[in-house]
Amino acid sequence: MVELIARTPCQALLPLEIGGVVVREEDVGRLTSIMPYRGQHAAVSATLKAAHGIELPAPGRMYEAQCAQAIWFGRGQTMLIGPAPDAALSRDAALTDQSDAWAVVRLHGDSAEDVLARLVPVDLRAASFSCGHTARTRLMHLAASITRLDDRTFRIMVFRSMAMTLVHDLKTAMEGVAARR
Amino acid sequence: MRIICPICGARDRREYYYQGDAVALQRPAPDAGEAAWDAYLHLRDNPAGVTRDLWYHEAGCGSWVVVTRNTVTHEVQDTVLAAPVNADNAP
Repeated sequence: MVELIARTPCQALLPLEIGGVVVREEDVGRLTSIMPYRGQHAAVSATLKAAHGIELPAPGRMYEAQCAQAIWFGRGQTMLIGPAPDAALSRDAALTDQSDAWAVVRLHGDSAEDVLARLVPVDLRAASFSCGHTARTRLMHLAASITRLDDRTFRIMVFRSMAMTLVHDLKTAMEGVAARR
Repeated sequence: MRIICPICGARDRREYYYQGDAVALQRPAPDAGEAAWDAYLHLRDNPAGVTRDLWYHEAGCGSWVVVTRNTVTHEVQDTVLAAPVNADNAP
């Protein structure tokens, strides 16, 4: 048998530190998209609460339990992060394992907001985008999911195939912000 | 230009894909006759004034948004979801 070596999406690209801002790849465990069937939103939310301790998040929000996170991921879509999904969830919702499909990075630093301001057409400052807020938007040309984890940290998710473009765009913006200090 | 998505809030125009006249929401019945289907498929008004368009919030939540706007003043008067949020349609 050929021994295949698993590589993470950003393995050769990160970490990266420029001007006090750091980008690191994040190992988040299992990623499962949950799309409740028509009219089953409340039922799926209750099942998720019973199985993993979190409800389906409201639009633009991430809900967190001890070992699971649920990120609102678009209309009628939630991304369950961390655990393998409870089998009961598949009764009322379409579940898709997306574990290897997304490049997940953390952007951390005092100027993290300034870096993202150069890339994202949404106001991500704390006054309008606080801890636990999430947005589906664009990062340059990439479809992205951006979530604020604390006052200086964001989680950015893009399609795995776009990992190199993501790092390139972040690096350019970080250099621009650092040069203006 | 910013368009208010009823779910995501005010978002940049580049997050949207423009589909065209919201006539797609008034599909005629299968037996409505040739004239009705011809009008539905091919005939579009080109008003100087208020018009309704369909925009797709492609890079955001993925909703179809009906935008009422004025082609003369460029004012966006109203944005509503094509599929409203209710017990069947989650936000």
